[in-house]
Amino acid sequence: MSNWVNGLLAAAILIPPHAGAAGLPAGVDEIGRVASSAEVRAWDIDVRPDFAGLPPGSGDVWAGEEIWLEKCASCHGDFGDSNEVFAPIVLGNVTEDDIAAGNVASLKDPAAVRTTLMKVATLSTLWDYIYRAMPWNAPKSLTPDEVYALLAYILNLGYVVDDDFVLSDDTIHAAQARMPNRNGMRDDHGLWSVDGEPDVVSQGCQTDCIVNSKVSSSLPAYAMNAHGNLAEQSRAWGPYPGLWTAPEAAGGAPELVAAEIPTDAEQTDSPTQILNAAGCMGCHQMAGQLVGPGFDAVRERYAGDEHVAYLKTKITQGGAGVWGSIPMPGVPLQSDDLDRIVAWMTASKVP
Amino acid sequence: MTDLQAEPGHLRQAPESFLSPALVNGIQQSGVTPSRRKLLQGALATATAAMLGSNGTKAADDPDVVKVPEWSRSLGKPVLTHPYGQPSRYESNIIRRQSPGLTQTDQASVSFTPLQNLFGMITPSGLHFERHHQGWVDIDPRRHRLMINGLVEKPLIFTMEDLMRMPSVSRIHFLECGANTALEWGNVAVPTVQYTHGMLSASEFTGVPVSLLLERAGIDLKRAKFLLAEGADGSSMTRTINLENALDDAIVAYGQNGEMLRPENGYPLRLVVPGVQGVSWVKWLRRLEVGDQPWATKDEASHYVDLMPDGSHRQYSSIQEAKSVITSPSGGQKLLKQGYYCISGLAWSGRGSVSRVEVSVDGGRNWRPARLEGPVLPKALTRFNFDWNWQGDNALLQSRVTDSTGYLQPSRTALIAVRGTRSIYHNNAIQTWRVGQDGEVHNVQLG
Repeated sequence: MSNWVNGLLAAAILIPPHAGAAGLPAGVDEIGRVASSAEVRAWDIDVRPDFAGLPPGSGDVWAGEEIWLEKCASCHGDFGDSNEVFAPIVLGNVTEDDIAAGNVASLKDPAAVRTTLMKVATLSTLWDYIYRAMPWNAPKSLTPDEVYALLAYILNLGYVVDDDFVLSDDTIHAAQARMPNRNGMRDDHGLWSVDGEPDVVSQGCQTDCIVNSKVSSSLPAYAMNAHGNLAEQSRAWGPYPGLWTAPEAAGGAPELVAAEIPTDAEQTDSPTQILNAAGCMGCHQMAGQLVGPGFDAVRERYAGDEHVAYLKTKITQGGAGVWGSIPMPGVPLQSDDLDRIVAWMTASKVP
Repeated sequence: MTDLQAEPGHLRQAPESFLSPALVNGIQQSGVTPSRRKLLQGALATATAAMLGSNGTKAADDPDVVKVPEWSRSLGKPVLTHPYGQPSRYESNIIRRQSPGLTQTDQASVSFTPLQNLFGMITPSGLHFERHHQGWVDIDPRRHRLMINGLVEKPLIFTMEDLMRMPSVSRIHFLECGANTALEWGNVAVPTVQYTHGMLSASEFTGVPVSLLLERAGIDLKRAKFLLAEGADGSSMTRTINLENALDDAIVAYGQNGEMLRPENGYPLRLVVPGVQGVSWVKWLRRLEVGDQPWATKDEASHYVDLMPDGSHRQYSSIQEAKSVITSPSGGQKLLKQGYYCISGLAWSGRGSVSRVEVSVDGGRNWRPARLEGPVLPKALTRFNFDWNWQGDNALLQSRVTDSTGYLQPSRTALIAVRGTRSIYHNNAIQTWRVGQDGEVHNVQLG
């Protein structure tokens, strides 16, 4: 945050054209309304690292365990160490020395499991998050006392507080002083500010550069299909088709080839959509004469399988004189669609 | 569609052009099976017929030309077949996808943008990647409110009607998740650019400048240093925003690519913080609080912290440094024939605009400049193109970007020398695609 002074100076310069009371276009300062204190209280629930915003209350480890088993254990495990649904909250490798130093030494170990309590420096983070977002399927349903109790239980599981600890807006400072990784965060890096200093600086060699171009990592053949058949994940036509990575299905490739591009029938799920798509509804409607007869009348006259062949011919080749003198042009329906439409028209019982 | 003659898109000049890519790939992967032999025979007959032409003597007339296609001989579909338009059925492969096993729940998960098949510098809204922390919601805009409180003269509440009456701006910006390319820190883990780089999208966003709203509320500039942005969904996601970013170019946005935001992208209101990682672009935005300390919220204290080799975590790592990637050809694709290809990709920087993109086809030994397609905008995606005449040799394709601050995108080796391989976030290393003599393109790492 060494850039703060600069940042503020920049902000002061940047704030025009909206700067100053006179900077807003006339009338804009009347848009919106003042929030009441009750409204602000209802939404302003955040808790900062200095515990600004923390509501009063308390809860102990035992009360926390009861709520935990009822509302939290199904995802996080009875002891907060489950990896089934979310990353584990407690356990991992935290020592009394870590707690004394405020730095979790095992974070240097590439193989170490990283639990929430090994990483998080600020107890406010956990209080705030549980209160605003937990339980998973019923966020904001916990009272402040329940949050204190749950957090006491979590801290007890992580050996941060004793079994008889009562967490409250008063004792939370003592608990914060034992957070295992409380000194483990840094913000003196170049990624906080748009003007920050990059930590990786590269040279721009352009020709005959000395590089190690040996392939050191690639996907093994058995993993090529782990994300599904790549042939179905790239445009099925054009210069860059996807690689076929699926094992061949029983029955061979034709089915798989056909699956690449869905047919009309697969994409069209009702006769109405086929009729719409084919342009039939320009002259026909579902009920009643328009230019041509209504489909209700057509279906009444041609109910029964004996009319299938006749209707297919009439639809594809067109005709005139059956329902009136205006000729109907032939409609070149795809065979799947034609089958479906004629089956629908000849169905003896109108659904 | 088993009719190979109906397979669209390939020139009908050589017999292999009558084979579907799936069939070609299938044969190369696991040989000629009886079913494939049957298909091959059919394709060869089709090819032969095409070469002979209808009278059996003329060579190589394309049946899709000489036999006028059915769509040229029939009535088209009416207006309003799709009141809200949709892509052609031939584009059904181009969708958002999940990486199997990446997350155990679908509400706290990611779907990736199919960069391998997109063009230009804008992502279609329906293909914008998704990252939700506790599921997505579709909020009634008439009941949505934005509150501004904290170090201001007076806390304010705005309705959507209020916000949409205010002076608006429209800006094109990229949105990249801080965890984009996270799967690739240690080794190659995923096959295609959709999974390596697909937590990246770009849109034109329309809304009200944050600076205007803070001015309206009477921000206390003497004390204000940070903003807290908070969502209205169940997670009520919160992130601390550097006031410098907020006052510079942040937007409270309701518009995306000319329409309202999609629900998955925060309908009816989200924060846009150009150049900053996506998690800070809080969706379903309900509140902005002005403060003098950062908040260390869950997603800046437990997640979105970058583990360094010395065991410390970088907190509030926000800026997306310059990065580029070749999107076609890319991993999991195949070159069907030798000759000219237009290597195409994307470049971007959270600190400014793209100044230069270079492409190497030999794993970084030699670099030549790519063409930047305009417009080149700050904190937006820039499309680049590069001419390549492939003669069937092995190749290692790479791109690297230099941004307007002079920063050059690092090699993977240079990046992990400083950051190690466990930081999860902010992997902006040069990507390598290996093209084999068989035309197959694979994701690889060098060194």
